[in-house]
Amino acid sequence: MDKKAAPPVLIFWIIAGWVGYCLLPWYMLEDGFLSFDWLVDGYPFEEDYAPALFLIGQGEKLWLAPLLAALTLPLFALRRAKSDPLYAGLLILSGALGFGWLIAQGFGIGIRGFNFNWLETMFGDLGDRQFGMGYGGMITASAFLFLLTQGIAARGAINGDVFVVSAIGGVIAIVTAFVFFPIAKMLFAAFVTDDGAYSLSVFAAKFFDDRLWGLGCLAGARCGAAWNSLFLAILVGLITTVLGLCFALVVTRSGFRYKRAIRALTVLPIITPPFVIGLALILLFGLSGTVTVFVSDLFGTQPTRWLYGMPGVLIAQTLAFTPIAFLVLIGVVEGVSPSMEEAAQTLRANRWQTFRTVSLPLMRPGLANAFLLGFIESMADFGNPLVLGGNFDVLSTEIFFAIVGAQYDQGRAAVLAMVLLFFTLSAFYAQRAWLGKKSYTTVSGKGDAGVHPLMPNGLAIPVMGVALGWALFTAVVYAMIIYGSVVELWGVNNSLTFKHYVTAFSVRFEAEGIRWTGAAWDSFWTTITIAAIAAPLTAAVGLVTAYLLTRQSFAGKNAFEFGTMLSFAIPGTVIGVSYILAFNVPPIEITGTGVILVISFIFRNMPVGVRAGIASMSQLDKSLDESSLTLGANSWQTFRRVILPLLRPAILAALVYSFVRAMTAISAVIFLVSAEYDMATSYIIGRVENNDYGLAIAYSTTLIFVMLTAVGLLQFLVGRVQIGRRTSFGAGRSS
Amino acid sequence: MKKVTTTLAGSLLALSASMTAAQADKLTFYCSAQEDWCQLMARSFEEATGIDVNMTRKSSGETFAQIRAESSNPKGDVWWGGTGDPHLQAAEEGLTMEYVSPMRDQLHDWAISQAESAGNRTIGIYSGALGYGYNTDLLAANNLPEPACWKDLLKPEYKGHVQMANPNSSGTAYTTLASMVQIFGEDEGFDFMKGLHANVNQYTKSGSAPIKAAGRGENTIGIVFMHDAVKQAVSGFPVKVVAPCEGTGYEIGSMSIIDGARNEEEAKKFYDWALSTDAQNLALQVNAFQVPSNKGAETSESAPDMSTIKLIDYDFKKYGSSDERKRLLQKWDEDVSVLPQ
Repeated sequence: MDKKAAPPVLIFWIIAGWVGYCLLPWYMLEDGFLSFDWLVDGYPFEEDYAPALFLIGQGEKLWLAPLLAALTLPLFALRRAKSDPLYAGLLILSGALGFGWLIAQGFGIGIRGFNFNWLETMFGDLGDRQFGMGYGGMITASAFLFLLTQGIAARGAINGDVFVVSAIGGVIAIVTAFVFFPIAKMLFAAFVTDDGAYSLSVFAAKFFDDRLWGLGCLAGARCGAAWNSLFLAILVGLITTVLGLCFALVVTRSGFRYKRAIRALTVLPIITPPFVIGLALILLFGLSGTVTVFVSDLFGTQPTRWLYGMPGVLIAQTLAFTPIAFLVLIGVVEGVSPSMEEAAQTLRANRWQTFRTVSLPLMRPGLANAFLLGFIESMADFGNPLVLGGNFDVLSTEIFFAIVGAQYDQGRAAVLAMVLLFFTLSAFYAQRAWLGKKSYTTVSGKGDAGVHPLMPNGLAIPVMGVALGWALFTAVVYAMIIYGSVVELWGVNNSLTFKHYVTAFSVRFEAEGIRWTGAAWDSFWTTITIAAIAAPLTAAVGLVTAYLLTRQSFAGKNAFEFGTMLSFAIPGTVIGVSYILAFNVPPIEITGTGVILVISFIFRNMPVGVRAGIASMSQLDKSLDESSLTLGANSWQTFRRVILPLLRPAILAALVYSFVRAMTAISAVIFLVSAEYDMATSYIIGRVENNDYGLAIAYSTTLIFVMLTAVGLLQFLVGRVQIGRRTSFGAGRSS
Repeated sequence: MKKVTTTLAGSLLALSASMTAAQADKLTFYCSAQEDWCQLMARSFEEATGIDVNMTRKSSGETFAQIRAESSNPKGDVWWGGTGDPHLQAAEEGLTMEYVSPMRDQLHDWAISQAESAGNRTIGIYSGALGYGYNTDLLAANNLPEPACWKDLLKPEYKGHVQMANPNSSGTAYTTLASMVQIFGEDEGFDFMKGLHANVNQYTKSGSAPIKAAGRGENTIGIVFMHDAVKQAVSGFPVKVVAPCEGTGYEIGSMSIIDGARNEEEAKKFYDWALSTDAQNLALQVNAFQVPSNKGAETSESAPDMSTIKLIDYDFKKYGSSDERKRLLQKWDEDVSVLPQ
């Protein structure tokens, strides 16, 4: 350990810090991260592109000068041995000083000079301002962070393992920056008055609003959005759980022949853009829908608008989320060890008794899990209430309209978001606190050759009926989607046409090459690009986190895990609002760029990567790591050479899953898209608003097939059996 | 590895050089009209001037929200389209910039008076009158009489057949509310809104949604701007447009330059261009049936003839101000929206 040469990691980060400070443009470039105009446009002296060192040299932005001291400190550590307490001390001092100062100046000085009045009273008017951090700022910040973690490691934390400490530090930093910080910022927005002061009474007025908690529906008027959301979510949770259980029972405990077809259902919610089901329901059951017209002709009844409101949203969400409950429950139902059931039968219980007293109780935790997932999904759902909600206001759409409507009330949006967050976090917490501790596995490593008994007949018939009926309904709805995309003008002119596909996806072959003339290409390529960039990053962050959680122990691990899984319980609309509030101003100023979309996807989908990683990593015996470590590899080498290759299926699953999720997300995206970066889903919503159902559905159908291809490719690459499990995990944790 | 890095750096340099060579002026364009119109405007302006246009389409409320959110660090340059109220409100809050275009003398008086009432921070680009449309098939199927006046909509037989947007979220619906207050006086106007509430089947979020639902056969009568109803009729839906007999309010679609715009010169170029006959004639290509503000621009035969519609003297200054708006909306929230239906 007392090598004379400094560790290469240390040298790397010291150099990175200096490069960020002296060579790269410190502030954000107006043209975006991928523009390189600055190289030829007055760099390095032009103020907009200048590195920090040049700025100070020209006597500007002098508050960046103290960073120089922090950058110099680690140079003295270079020639010291790692065991020297001064080595650790220097690095910690440098990292903490530099990182702390960066944050302090970033928040203290904004676009209008000092951000806080007390700073202004203390130092007087600054007379200068700064924009968000750019390449230079970001890289220097990372350098300070990793110098700090190296210092901490050198003091002996986690056996002095630099890789592990740095990974923990990195994950904490990004989760804080992109999950906790925006949420905190949003919570503060709930207390802001019209003129920018903070006040509790503003919050109270918005919180105790009748539109939120009113119980008018008991007396014939309308109820508040909070009650509506809660009531709907409970119903959706219950119904999807029951339906999911029926499906799971049919697949595992019946003689039904086409089980594979039923299993295929599970892939549907992952690949379906969020509001397509709502559209198909309108085409079927709306006032002029096919079924409505047929029924009213048949019975001579007056068609009604029953679909718009609670019933419609309930049906659409049940259609959308039943497969998720199915995914969760199939694992649980399969996991109930047949030997337990066989034991019951040997003890002379009949099939009904066995099911009621043995199988069902063992499934109970799974049922609770499925219910809570349905609950959270329903709470967070944005697309279906948007299309079918009618006068039935729910929190997720109310948040959207509080921000975008003519009322423009960020405070109200923040209050609504807090209520929604409270509901979903409670459910999330309940799920973890109450199910996390119970062991409901009955699968042990020992051979378990039994076969599940069939359901008792009295149960089998209704269960089969319900499951098949619902499966048929789902199939009809999806058939409707495809049909809707090739109809000229729904309800008016039912002749078949490919016109919508042509409008959306036409191409022209010209001398210069292919011209993408269709209206949808722009958003389509943006979506693919953003999703393709986000996917590997999501997988990487997720797997590193999973590695830390399964393979390392450190203080605060539980809090760490909770923090990384938290974003699962945060509804997309809440993320959208909080990102706008947090990232439109320095120090991290990324609204209107593609970066904010990528980041929002990473943190929305990260829990899935973590879960997939944990699941497969716990299958790898720890002795593999240990043997690698005893053979002299460090933990980074072990992670890269031993664990990563064994995790290939998990990596692929996380990749495809986050890719597909990024393509279908709408709730957060709708707040974050911009002129340059319009996403497919927000484009489709625009078409729906414009009564252009044909194009909207054609585009959605195309997306469904694109994603089906992606999922199919994955199955091909990794093999069927494992996929089933991975995707099942993925969808179960999604939101 | 080293070789890779050098090649990479070299190609980056080459790339950036080529990008600079092709570097053109640019404009970030916030558009609050319908999607195809926005795209056509953006493309045509690019062709006319060679300036790169970056267009975002959002409703006028959304755009206003965005401009306000970005006010400390504006990202947009020019905001074109959408009902005038949010433009006036933006002017009132100083979010938009004063500009007097040389094209002014070619415009109708209503467009100029819109500009003058806002201290030249906005200008009229088109206008449209409020009214309603109904689905003729559904009306016949339900044996309902043909409505012709605002007061007709209060009749009990239309219960569950009328749709309008929520004035809290839609500029169109707020114009409706303000028009009723101006046509009937405040007390009677609110009585009208209460009576209407009993017949309304849904308050939609977006202004033109009611007539689109009527077109699709999901609703019978939709209170909207007439040009939106005309559009549905022209698209082939069985929709008939009504100009109510009591007279009606109207909107002035507006345009503003955002204060602190990063590309101010280009924004001004766009502004002048958008007021020209060439630019305003583009509306017809996308079935936008508003009345253009340039006197020389063509109007569509399908467009409602403004001369036959009884227009009230709409007080944009008063009803466009935030205070009056807040007061009316709060009154509507408290007195109308809570009533049982």
